Amino acid sequence: MKVLVCVKQTFDTEAKIDLKDGKISDAGINLIINPYDEVAVEGAIQLKEKKVISEVVVVAAGSDKAMDTIRTALAMGSDRGILVKQDTDADEYSRAVALAAAIKEENPDLILAGHVASDDGSSQVPTRIAEILGLPHINVITSLEIADGKATCSSEADGGTQVTEVTLPAVISSQVSWNEPRYPSMKGIMQAKKKPVATVDAVAAEDKVKIIEFGLPPAKEAGIKIEEDPDVAAAQLADFILNTAKAEVKA
Amino acid sequence: MAGTWVFVEQRDGNIRKVTFEMLSEAKNYGDEVSAVVFGKGVEALAPEFAKFGADKVYVVEGDIFSNYNTGAYVAQMAAMISEYKPNAVLFAHTFGGRDFASRLAQKIDAGLVTDAIDAEISAGKGVFTRAIYAGKAISKVEVTTDPILATIRPGVFEVVEGGAGAGEVVKPAAAATDADVYQVIKEFVPTVSARPELTEAEVVVSGGRGCKGPDGIKIVEELADLLGAGVGGSRASIDSGWLGHELQVGQTGKVVNPNLYIACGISGAIQHLAGMSSSKFITAINTDPEAPIFGVTDFGVVGDLFKVVPLLVDELKK
Ligand SMILES: Cc1cc2nc3c(=O)[nH]c(=O)nc-3n(C[C@H](O)[C@H](O)[C@H](O)COP(=O)(O)OP(=O)(O)OC[C@H]3O[C@@H](n4cnc5c(N)ncnc54)[C@H](O)[C@@H]3O)c2cc1C
Ligand SMILES: Nc1ncnc2c1ncn2[C@@H]1O[C@H](COP(=O)(O)O)[C@@H](O)[C@H]1O
Repeated sequence: MKVLVCVKQTFDTEAKIDLKDGKISDAGINLIINPYDEVAVEGAIQLKEKKVISEVVVVAAGSDKAMDTIRTALAMGSDRGILVKQDTDADEYSRAVALAAAIKEENPDLILAGHVASDDGSSQVPTRIAEILGLPHINVITSLEIADGKATCSSEADGGTQVTEVTLPAVISSQVSWNEPRYPSMKGIMQAKKKPVATVDAVAAEDKVKIIEFGLPPAKEAGIKIEEDPDVAAAQLADFILNTAKAEVKA
Repeated sequence: MAGTWVFVEQRDGNIRKVTFEMLSEAKNYGDEVSAVVFGKGVEALAPEFAKFGADKVYVVEGDIFSNYNTGAYVAQMAAMISEYKPNAVLFAHTFGGRDFASRLAQKIDAGLVTDAIDAEISAGKGVFTRAIYAGKAISKVEVTTDPILATIRPGVFEVVEGGAGAGEVVKPAAAATDADVYQVIKEFVPTVSARPELTEAEVVVSGGRGCKGPDGIKIVEELADLLGAGVGGSRASIDSGWLGHELQVGQTGKVVNPNLYIACGISGAIQHLAGMSSSKFITAINTDPEAPIFGVTDFGVVGDLFKVVPLLVDELKK
């Protein structure tokens, strides 16, 4: 069995965001593997370690820079990579089309992804890929069991959690609480350099949304900060809660 | 043009507030507003939507629709869109809403904006505002397809009652069959809590690592219950097992938009701020005067939560 994992290169979650020429500037930004995708890669590697599957292939759509993200996933223990060269401005639809085409070539038994990208992510790409390929999907999973050609997952749902079963092949997207991703070992990093990575061009697609502008959120006005004895602080805070925020005591 | 559709978020007849928020907002677009409800025994809910301005209520009943499942819901909605041709369809940005909208969008070849915090729809044009990079930037995005699809963040629009609509019930033909279902839901475990759900609560009180353990969380919960508030946590307190994972506030957890957010013993990491910084009023209790949470508070208390919160509870009880 073969697993394909979609990995997106994103900004370090701590990165400070600036605009340049009306766009989000990536100058001086540390680029990382989307944390949710790192969890998906870990999930795939664990399946391989348990001998449930035999090969982990990672695929990223983006510029040449995304090669670093593929190498990170390889260093963790993935077997090989595919870079789908695409303008990083491509919308969710175009990215899904490009990734689905690359996935189809590979014909995997399972496709893993993150449930959202931590940059301008929209929680669309994995589900769109599933629809393009005519496959079942489950989103935001916190556990995964593979048996008898089926995947059974716990996932987050509105108002609770649920357990869902689908027939493989299927597209499954991860929540971070699924597992704790490993750090690549020194040996892993060395090996990753020699693992094969294929480069393909993205199939053409026409975006279905258009970014009109980027902006920075309005700076929040500095609030009041008090350092008082606890009883004084509590009285002033109660005043803020009841009279400024106008919250009510219900109990 | 059949105006704006609002997909109703409900389970067992309990309608999520975000549904009314979207109906109230859709009234501003000056076009026909419809609620679309799928489920079992849901026709009785129709008058509820009329109260918030629904001119029409599309009711789809059947066993196959009793709970959300992607395949059946998408097949049904796709058929309805091609028959009635709405200009825009709005979903709540919940787990179900985003799953539904993305698969639908791909099926009908449409553009979709998710997690919108503002919307302008007029003359067949839909422009949405999104908070991106954990709220560190915003973007305005236009959906250039017909129909326009979007998921809306709960809590961003005011609920306005009184824009009474006719609420005319329309019953589209059932288009989904068992063959459309590809997910077998084996089990659903509801989260049982007497407290309001985080994304719907007027007040949210959250506890972080500074609570130091279950006893500290109890102090936070006592304050929450006094205010009828939802309880939330940072990743640190969730990972420590002091609170259920569904209570995590932040980038990985829930995005909350209450009138008042009270952060107790939470440092204010960017991933936490992503989930609460758009709250109307924010206050925090933290021993560290340099904690980043104070960068977003309207009223910050530098102090020990174990001392300040119990005194606050006494003060509020007065
Ligand atoms: C990809 C990714 C996603 C993430 N998603 C989330 C998310 O969704 N939500 C989230 O919350 N985090 C998330 N995090 C983690 C985040 O970076 C922080 O680690 C986390 O928010 C810290 O939680 P905390 O503020 O409770 O703990 P800490 O940062 O340890 O802060 C504890 C605070 O308590 C204060 N304190 C200590 N004692 C007291 C006392 N007696 N009284 C009052 N104050 C006291 C301290 O001064 C300190 O400021 C994510 C991280 C990553 C990398
Ligand atoms: N450019 C990309 N390359 C590879 N995977 C991607 C890309 N964009 C999105 N994905 C996958 O889709 C998931 C959700 O992304 P999004 O829909 O953009 O929030 C990510 O966590 C990735 O697994």
